[in-house]
Amino acid sequence: MIKLTINGKAHQLDVAPDTPLLWALRDTLQLTGTKYGCGQALCGACTVHVDGTPVRACSTPVSAVAGRKVTTIEAIDSQRVGKVVQEAWRKLDVVQCGYCQSGQIMSAVALLSHNRKPTDADIDNAMSGNLCRCATYVRVRAAIHEAAKALA
Amino acid sequence: MSDITIENLSRRRFLQGGAGLTLGFCLPVMAAAAAGKSGVVAPTASFEPNAFLRIGSDNSVTVFSKHLEMGQGTYTGLATILADELDAHWNHVRVEGAAADAKRFNNTFWGPAQGTGGSTAMANSWVQMRQAGATGRAMLVSAAAKRWQVSAAEIVVREGIVSHTGSARKASFGELALDAAQEAVPTAVKLKDPKDFRLIGKQARRKDSAAKTNGTAQFTQDVFLPGMLVAVVAHPPQFGATVKSFDATRAKAIKGVVDVVQIPQGVAVLATDTWSAKKGRDALAVSWDDSKAFKLGTDEIFARYKEMAKKPGLIARQTGDSAKAFAGAAKVVSASFDFPYLAHAAMEPMNCVVSLHADGCEVWNGEQFQTVDQGRVAALFGLKPEQVKLNMLYAGGSFGRRACTQSDYVLEAAHIVKAINGKAPVKLVWLREDDMRAGFYRPLFHHALEAALDGAGKLVGWRHRLVGQSIVTGSPFEAMLVKDGIDHVSVEGAANLPYVIPNMLVDLHTPTDIGVPVLWWRSVGSSHTAYSTEVFLDQVALAMGKDPVALRLEMLGGHPRHAGVLRLAAEKANWGKPLKAAAGERRGRGVAVHESFNSFVAQVAEVTVKKDGSIKVDRVVCAVDCGTAINPDNIRSQVEGAVGFALSAALHGEITLKEGRVEQGNFDTYAPIRIAEMPVVEVHIVPSTLAPTGIGEPGVPPLAPAVANAIAAATGKFLHRMPFNTSELVA
Repeated sequence: MIKLTINGKAHQLDVAPDTPLLWALRDTLQLTGTKYGCGQALCGACTVHVDGTPVRACSTPVSAVAGRKVTTIEAIDSQRVGKVVQEAWRKLDVVQCGYCQSGQIMSAVALLSHNRKPTDADIDNAMSGNLCRCATYVRVRAAIHEAAKALA
Repeated sequence: MSDITIENLSRRRFLQGGAGLTLGFCLPVMAAAAAGKSGVVAPTASFEPNAFLRIGSDNSVTVFSKHLEMGQGTYTGLATILADELDAHWNHVRVEGAAADAKRFNNTFWGPAQGTGGSTAMANSWVQMRQAGATGRAMLVSAAAKRWQVSAAEIVVREGIVSHTGSARKASFGELALDAAQEAVPTAVKLKDPKDFRLIGKQARRKDSAAKTNGTAQFTQDVFLPGMLVAVVAHPPQFGATVKSFDATRAKAIKGVVDVVQIPQGVAVLATDTWSAKKGRDALAVSWDDSKAFKLGTDEIFARYKEMAKKPGLIARQTGDSAKAFAGAAKVVSASFDFPYLAHAAMEPMNCVVSLHADGCEVWNGEQFQTVDQGRVAALFGLKPEQVKLNMLYAGGSFGRRACTQSDYVLEAAHIVKAINGKAPVKLVWLREDDMRAGFYRPLFHHALEAALDGAGKLVGWRHRLVGQSIVTGSPFEAMLVKDGIDHVSVEGAANLPYVIPNMLVDLHTPTDIGVPVLWWRSVGSSHTAYSTEVFLDQVALAMGKDPVALRLEMLGGHPRHAGVLRLAAEKANWGKPLKAAAGERRGRGVAVHESFNSFVAQVAEVTVKKDGSIKVDRVVCAVDCGTAINPDNIRSQVEGAVGFALSAALHGEITLKEGRVEQGNFDTYAPIRIAEMPVVEVHIVPSTLAPTGIGEPGVPPLAPAVANAIAAATGKFLHRMPFNTSELVA
């Protein structure tokens, strides 16, 4: 049994300790907003927050986050920054296929949580781990600036 | 919403013959009354299970999309067309994926087949969706006229409200739905004058933004059914290899693994969850029979193609007498081009859920080829096609991959269910490496081009030879797209080159002994033909001493839409105005124009080349003519995305084989661009009242040649292979 807090709720997971957090979230808890894209921390579709820091859930064994606080896309609107980022994403119609966007948003929220006025270079750094095959990057960048404006 | 639970039972359908138009009004109030406690309403003679439109008594307007939403904005586009003619309130409109039904929901450009592709979703649905909306509106107006005892001519409809001009009477769509359902379906409806459009051409927001930003959008990967097993499959390491034998002892010892079965595609491990299935798959010991496997490497394939290119192929286009033009040429320019295999690499790896039950089969999929997949799954299980229910979910990208001519991954899932005798629903999950190595790539191509200039320096001859596998031969589309041995999609963009050149010859070799499965990849033939033709044309322009834009415009007589986008892009990009370069950097501007899927796109790229040869595409100015712009913002979005997609192929994209084994597996070795590589993109749309044409694909073809031409402008070096070999650009 592995104990951890997910989206503010205590959970005990009966999974093999090497199970990646991604599959525990998706298959055990059916929190499916966090996506599988590569399994090797190369694409960022699985990005969640662990104690506020973005991590790639596909490459994080669930045992490594025992006792810690995990936040997923499903609860990101409970934070002001999360809500503002989602609103900016909708205002600019960033999404296309949408599959990578949970991860994009989680990375963007992490960026804006500690940097309220990111430059383009800051955005490149913070978002470089998040692939988008539809290449919505123009709008990802614009939406982060838009959210920064709303948070100012 | 109470009507959700009874809609399938209560939906009354009104079928208008001839045009194949159907629409229906949901009648929850009446249905509930008539149904009594059982909740079951006997279908009437006119009952039909599918339609494009449903209006609920709660004012909800549901549009049924016959096409897949894979990111290209189809759900929003189809809803925009229908809702405009209906004069619905945009906020009341929602979209649902339609059922599979080749009769009702066929792609009107494809005959009796349902599917999404070729950038046809808006084009083939334009009139159909307008009629569906206008018919609904007419029935609401008739119902209101009857209720208020006034003339229909005195009634106006706006944003979901029907009102009488001579009095204060008004009613919402929901209040009229029940009465409207009693009205006769009009045999003819008047469509709006385009000047009266309220949504088309405006800023209708995407309908899928909310669900795709809070984690609730349902993709195939997100389907969970009671008792469902997850399957991960050991696939052969080479195309054409098969299972010789396997030992599942270690796999079966893993907690969560339920079953291991052999299928034609390999060995499937079934488990209660994905991670256990993956561990089980990795623990399998499989011995492969490679006696029929394809064992060449891509270097050997290119060598073969270059040999083939020395001999004439089947003629795809012949104008004038090219032999004579070349014999009398004062100067001949020549170049050859190499294009690799490319994986689609959608963010959601291919997957499919299949459940077999007593009466048939149900499939959950980002369903792009309903009629083809339905027929194949039905045949496998010995069912009738209509016994295979397809649930079309959002697709996490496709770029052509989910429109597989051989239904590969859908059949793989079905085979697994068959192997376990249907005892549980199965979700087939391809891991990234499975997806990357599964084939169905954009075909590898070799092109050879020659241009003849006469004594006056005029371009008088053009020869273009292509060598590459056919996508369509052996597929259900062969009869439609292969004529006299020439696969149309191998030569599209080359055989219909718009430039007026007096003597032209385009010919094609189609090797048939290459065992690598190939498929359409966003923009299909144009993904390579636009590159070879537009880069070669810049080489010719240089040889002629002509400006690339001026030369193109000189030769585009009779092609005003090509010329229109070319002029617009050049003007917006300040063509001809020198670019400033920092010390040690070289900068250049390049142009390309291309028609694909009846849409016209020109792009001007601005590129910086550093001393080490590395490239940064700074800005791309795009001009687009796709007829009526249904959702201008979506057109911009699609073209922005197309620029990034095409740039990935230009800079990095390459699937290579060694002894038949695919050398790439994940995003480290097959690398789409990341945010820092994304240029600034400007999109300008040519105003038009012509019928809409595609926009999902046409932004792709001009990008790579525009960038290559910019690199040549900066460095003097024309690049003849994709992805670009930047070591050629070291200063």
